[in-house]
Amino acid sequence: MNVECHQAIVVGGGPAGLAAAIRLKEKGVDDVVVLEREHRTGGILRQCIHDGFGLTRFGETLSGPEYAQRFVDRAEELGITCLTDTTVLTLEADRTLTTSGPAGLKKLRGDAVILTMGCRERTRGALAIPGSRPAGIYTAGVAQEYINLRNLMVGREVVILGSGDIGLIMARRMTLEGAHVKGVYEVQPYPSGLPRNIEQCLNDYHIPLHLSHTVTDIHGRERLEGVTISQVDERFRPIPGTEERVDCDTLILSVGLIPAGDIANGSGLAVDGRTKGAFVDEHYQTNLPGVFSAGNVLHVHDLVDFVSLEAEALATAAAEYLRAGALPPCPLEVQAGANVGHVIPQRISGTRSFTLSLRVRQPMKKVTLTVAQNGREVLRRKLPKALPAEMIQLTIPAEKLEAAGDLEVSVQ
Amino acid sequence: MTRAFTCIICPNGCEITAEYEGTQVHAIEGATCPKGEDYVRQELTDPRRNIATSIPVEGGELPLVSVRLDKPIPKKDIFSVMDAINRLHVKAPTAIGQVVLADVCGLGANVIITKNVAAL
Repeated sequence: MNVECHQAIVVGGGPAGLAAAIRLKEKGVDDVVVLEREHRTGGILRQCIHDGFGLTRFGETLSGPEYAQRFVDRAEELGITCLTDTTVLTLEADRTLTTSGPAGLKKLRGDAVILTMGCRERTRGALAIPGSRPAGIYTAGVAQEYINLRNLMVGREVVILGSGDIGLIMARRMTLEGAHVKGVYEVQPYPSGLPRNIEQCLNDYHIPLHLSHTVTDIHGRERLEGVTISQVDERFRPIPGTEERVDCDTLILSVGLIPAGDIANGSGLAVDGRTKGAFVDEHYQTNLPGVFSAGNVLHVHDLVDFVSLEAEALATAAAEYLRAGALPPCPLEVQAGANVGHVIPQRISGTRSFTLSLRVRQPMKKVTLTVAQNGREVLRRKLPKALPAEMIQLTIPAEKLEAAGDLEVSVQ
Repeated sequence: MTRAFTCIICPNGCEITAEYEGTQVHAIEGATCPKGEDYVRQELTDPRRNIATSIPVEGGELPLVSVRLDKPIPKKDIFSVMDAINRLHVKAPTAIGQVVLADVCGLGANVIITKNVAAL
């Protein structure tokens, strides 16, 4: 099969991919191709019709489709080629992509390949909830697609398992559409969504949030008829005797997001067990030379604004890579210390400023975030609160770094 | 009286406490920007929200087009505004910003389209 070659190939035309493609073009990379499996670019934002997007990136609050359209319009203005209805099947270490699209099977190779495929939802299978397998059980994103894109109402009496942001948004959305949302049950002792969404999606509509609770049984044959809810102990084990049946025709799962990096399986791309995304350096380059990754496929973000900004930073580095043939080496490791769940990037040069992203493991108040190198404090920041629901980002200036010695990030 | 708020203006979600009597605010603490103080004053006197939903579109490449309000409305009027929006439909093509219902329920807010849906 002939291999079609391009300077830069972007896999995924959502907020990360479009932002990366636009920045590449603006930085003088002429030959940029975006591959998108859907019929339209814009990604998941097409179904996120609520507002609250864009405050950081554009300084105003927009709905998801409006936010996406700004990037779609700019990509069109710049004449960026977007191959839609095109699914990438595999990525190889030499940056060859096998795709399936309207023209059949194709092979494409990029001098740079940008991975911006976003993430997918954890499902019932991942939780192993026992019980029957009736209709009426959806992930929050699927319910959102049915209601907002396909004009299909998913149910009337609703229980939500998990307090992720999409579940909270859907609690409000289904209430507005006339459904009765009976409650949100979260296995952790704290919510996994943002505080503002607890407030404006649950509290505004008097929807109760039950922490340290989970679904332990599912009832119904053809259609869901009810679920059993149990309290859990500090190790998430259901407490016997606390079972309670809640009648419902719909169960919405909002139990976490996982980077959708499957196409790179078998390519030798190194994956971080904590983020489930690639290991990257400060240029967002993976262990495969010329393969870059940003956005939700790298680590799940809380806000789309940070997805776009990260993809733009990636593109600035990728443009330099294409121009110079290489980027400064990144031999120093960034380690997640006390109370830090993960860090991005995992490797840095020590000679340039970089953006550090992290999440904490549990909710904490009045804490100090410390970045240390060789035991010496590089940066310290006081935070009024730190929540697992919120990504923390800060710039580490080059002049504070030494050329040798790993970094450790901790929050205490 | 003291009341705790979670600010919904931006993703920071500041935890703000206000001391007040009736509509008279004595002290506001915890807001990291002036918008938080404005939010709390608004919540104590006239809480408002924006809402987003979707309406049917005829002859479009999608069956629905998303809409929102161009300014917030009183919280108590959310469901009457939903009823008014639920009676709307448009013809494709649609354009972002297009007003489909002006001054919904006499509340001073317009219902605007938030997605470009091409005609089939």
